[in-house]
Amino acid sequence: MELRAGSRLKSAVCDTEVIAVKAPAEDIDIRCGGVPMADPTTSDGASGSPVGGADEGTLMGKRYVNPDETLELLCTKPGGGSLGVGETLLVIKESKPLPASD
Amino acid sequence: MNLMMLLEMASNAFGDRVAIGSRDGSGVSYSDLYEKSGRAAQLFRNSPAEKVLLLDTSSVALPIALFGSSWAGLPFVPLNYRLTGDEIRELATEVTPAMGIVNTSMVASVEGIPDFEGIDRQDFLLRTKEGDIPDADWGMDPEQVAILLFTSGTTGAPKAAVLRHSHLISYILGSVEFMGAGEEEATLVSVPPYHVAGMAALCSSVYAGRRIVQLPNFDAARWIDVTREESITHAMVVPTMLSRIVEELENRPDSSIDSLRALSYGGGKMPRPTIEKALRLLPNTNFVNAYGLTETSSTISVLGPDDHRSALNGEEENVRRRLSSAGKPLPNLEVTIRDEEGELLDNGISGEIWVRGEQVSGEYLGHGTKVTDDGWFPTNDGGFLDGEGYLFVEGRIDDIIIRGGENISPGEIEEALLLHPDIKDAAAVGMPDTHWGEVIVAAVVPTGKTDLSISEIKKFAKDQLRSSRTPDHIVILAELPYNETGKLLRRVLREEISDLTSDEGQSG
Repeated sequence: MELRAGSRLKSAVCDTEVIAVKAPAEDIDIRCGGVPMADPTTSDGASGSPVGGADEGTLMGKRYVNPDETLELLCTKPGGGSLGVGETLLVIKESKPLPASD
Repeated sequence: MNLMMLLEMASNAFGDRVAIGSRDGSGVSYSDLYEKSGRAAQLFRNSPAEKVLLLDTSSVALPIALFGSSWAGLPFVPLNYRLTGDEIRELATEVTPAMGIVNTSMVASVEGIPDFEGIDRQDFLLRTKEGDIPDADWGMDPEQVAILLFTSGTTGAPKAAVLRHSHLISYILGSVEFMGAGEEEATLVSVPPYHVAGMAALCSSVYAGRRIVQLPNFDAARWIDVTREESITHAMVVPTMLSRIVEELENRPDSSIDSLRALSYGGGKMPRPTIEKALRLLPNTNFVNAYGLTETSSTISVLGPDDHRSALNGEEENVRRRLSSAGKPLPNLEVTIRDEEGELLDNGISGEIWVRGEQVSGEYLGHGTKVTDDGWFPTNDGGFLDGEGYLFVEGRIDDIIIRGGENISPGEIEEALLLHPDIKDAAAVGMPDTHWGEVIVAAVVPTGKTDLSISEIKKFAKDQLRSSRTPDHIVILAELPYNETGKLLRRVLREEISDLTSDEGQSG
């Protein structure tokens, strides 16, 4: 699917919802729980369960990135599936916590 | 992307927490704030407004109006309510057609502006109290304008900086951990809504889940009382506020504020004696110095608590002087120092601070962007980086004094003068001179505890500074002119000095 910054996606197999913060300008096969994610406005809701190896779950408020960080997804609702592109799982973007400044 | 994402997540994850106000039952929870913002969006959508203006002090109406505007897809424009009636009308006219949430006492300033619909704060709160809430249908285009902020205009006519959702979301995601605050945490916001730190405080507190308590009109005694009563854990102040808080604490029998874990300051140059006193008065509080601009969606560099402590207790001057630095740039930003031609300068050499990153806007309404093709924003602030990446900010480039061809940062002179125990405040400006081009005039505010003479100040300055940087004239003033958010008004100061020196007042 084609993704833009600001696009929302919903898992087909768990409660996970994400917003694309950064997206590459190309077709991309984004999955959650091993199954392609869907547009939340047209999806019928989740059914089934995450496939083995993609069932670590997602954490709310974490950002998930691909290895070259051209893709960044913000988890806005947590669920049981893991995020990935094709077979490759995304990883949490580690951020150094900063002291509150405002 | 949309600021409403932040509030939606907060409302979903910890909707029952108090978002704004007291824990005594009068506060507004995150789910309440979400619903009220939805009703505000409806109200804005049903009007011909293309922008939402706020002419009011801080209140719960502020976050409702901000998030409601984002929901409705309209830019939010908080105006400086301390401007004169004419100035307010001029700025408001620039952003019509607009709906404005207006403080009852300020209604007269906006009456009769064409294509402008004013609504009293109380009426606005009433109209967002009950009613249907729209679907979560806000636009997600990152390029939509979220906030227009008129910059303080200490050097010229105010211009509105354009902050898009992408800039603010990038700043929040890059610097705040979602739900990073404990349920007991609370932040005291005393900067006004039209200051970028006020806007940033709302967004970061909502995303962190930290309760917001608002202090609409800053007063040091009130600030201390509210901090104690509300068990405030975090607060942000501008330098003039901190110096008043320090004075007030020194006059109280009990200077402790046990709940206050973190105090951040920014928005102007902090005199070293003030911060040193504050650190000693509040030994259990973590101090954070944040440097940023309206055009950069607030903070771009931070001097953290550990740096403060090691600087205070440091033996070497290069560690101690970091107390006057703005710390290190945020990890998702780049900062460089350049000369007038835009060429990179080495560490330790002063030039203009340039910054690049996703939170950087650098764009002004109707004036285009100042950002270069490769993404760099020249801040118009002077400064340098030390060998370890600490950023020292020396003030606006326009304020640099050029005396006999030598560039002199007023900050260096001010800092030197402030080391004198009987000097409370000091500012240096360049005044036109036929021989030198400009001469250095230092305005000094004595503590009043001793009879400080001009010759003594001159002698002290001579001991601290190299001769070409010693003030040519000293003027003693009762106070320096600041705007209400703590920015020194050098233009006003120059006028005062020129009046004084022309009639040979108390100067030398």
